[in-house]
Amino acid sequence: MIAPGHTQRGAAFLHEVISQTPGGERLLHCLQCGSCGGSCPNGADMQYTPRTIFAMIQADQREAVLSSNTMWVCVSCYFCTTRCPQKVPITEIMYTLKRLAIRDGLARHTDAPALAKTFTDLLDRYGRSFELGLASRFYLFNKPWAMLKMGPLGLSMFTRGRMALTPTKIKRIDQLQAIIQKARELGGAK
Amino acid sequence: MKYAYYPGCSLECNAAAYDWSVRAVAEVFGLELPEIDDWNCCGATEYFSQDELTACAVIARNLALVDPQLDQVVAPCAACYLNLAKVDRLMAEDPKMGQKINEALSAGGLHYTPGRVRVRHFLELLHSDVGEERIRQKVVRPLTGLRVAPYYGCQWVRPFKEIDNPEYPMKLDELLSWVGAEVIDYPVKAHCCGGHMTQISEPQAFELIRRLLYSAEEYKADLIACMCPMCQLNLDAYQSRVNGYFNTNFKIPIVYFTQVVGLALGLDMHRLGFGKEIVAARPVLEAKLQAQAAAPQS
Ligand code: SF4
Ligand code: SF4
Ligand code: SF4
Ligand code: SF4
Repeated sequence: MIAPGHTQRGAAFLHEVISQTPGGERLLHCLQCGSCGGSCPNGADMQYTPRTIFAMIQADQREAVLSSNTMWVCVSCYFCTTRCPQKVPITEIMYTLKRLAIRDGLARHTDAPALAKTFTDLLDRYGRSFELGLASRFYLFNKPWAMLKMGPLGLSMFTRGRMALTPTKIKRIDQLQAIIQKARELGGAK
Repeated sequence: MKYAYYPGCSLECNAAAYDWSVRAVAEVFGLELPEIDDWNCCGATEYFSQDELTACAVIARNLALVDPQLDQVVAPCAACYLNLAKVDRLMAEDPKMGQKINEALSAGGLHYTPGRVRVRHFLELLHSDVGEERIRQKVVRPLTGLRVAPYYGCQWVRPFKEIDNPEYPMKLDELLSWVGAEVIDYPVKAHCCGGHMTQISEPQAFELIRRLLYSAEEYKADLIACMCPMCQLNLDAYQSRVNGYFNTNFKIPIVYFTQVVGLALGLDMHRLGFGKEIVAARPVLEAKLQAQAAAPQS
């Protein structure tokens, strides 16, 4: 556990992460037990395990954390979260790190931000989106060579009626867009 | 019983088999599922990695649109289920955040009071609301001898712990046993399939998919029954790519649990969406259920 005094001494990044994460205060109670990293199906692919990331956050290593691949390897399976003895909302913290890395242009080693943006741009425009696991538009615009590799798969999905080329549009798209715009204005929220 | 239905984008197209079989099975048990009028995509995991308030507001619009006469919403997609449940809870537990979400909703003339609707997954409806007795009564084609591996994935079992055990869930196992299937007890039933990683890092995604297929095969599963469109897509559509990558030879049909249940209820295979899966389920079903397939109700 981090001594209360420590939290006052220049751990600016720790407080930033806490303030951007619902239930983030629990991070102050991290015991560095390592259950999170041990539970993670993707731990081996991470530059730093969640436990290490939390130690680095406490040590105020903002840039090293936000430019690491750790949160991009996270697939939100919530194993770590349910196993953490201190109820640290680990998966939510991973989301916070993704948001901060994108916002500050520090996202490295990943196409995830581009995929996320392609996906939510469609949602903003149509109210519906494409199939996340068959991100044909994402491929088309970002990785055309990968689209070629997908070729036969796309075709067999298509012939089974499992792939649409454009999302459907909801009726009250204006209403949704007004809500999105307002949420953006109110942003900087948790 | 009547529930607001939130199909989610996947069920519109890629996972039409899930949508069809959910509706067909619901009909047998008299569960009415009127769709939420003009629902929007829940943003999956993608909005949360960019902007949390917008992510929540987009999800909350769906909760706010639930017919005021209804107090429960059902989602068959595990990711949709979690998003709806998560935002409902967050608004209740963090009133300041709840207020901001409602401020955003008010720009569209909407409002949502946390706790107004109860968020459910379709599995819960069959398992808990319909229940064992009524399900057993309706079985006309018991799936005797069909070895089914229940696959839970992540986002229904975790992070909330009160619906089922987050490490070793049982509800899908139980349901499948009520319809006569031989349920496989294999160790990875609630492990992760990698979600959107097939789009971002194939080696990482393929390894997670391989582990699941390997375990199901070790335990001699005839098929895997899943409860999330993304899981189905990953295990089914990417199975041949995984085989190519690891030089393996998996050939395990991946279907939705509602298709399996529907089969036992004697529903027509086309109506249940069989045939849409890439690794065909029909051969193994025909081989295993030969006796029943000959019966008039099929
Ligand atoms: S499991 Fe929880 S307490 Fe243990 S290191 Fe991870 S975050 Fe800290
Ligand atoms: S939620 Fe992310 S960090 Fe946690 S165990 Fe799953 S993949 Fe690992
Ligand atoms: S989780 Fe998937 S299926 Fe559900 S609404 Fe979101 S994108 Fe569509
Ligand atoms: S197994 Fe994968 S797709 Fe399925 S719920 Fe988990 S993360 Fe999502």
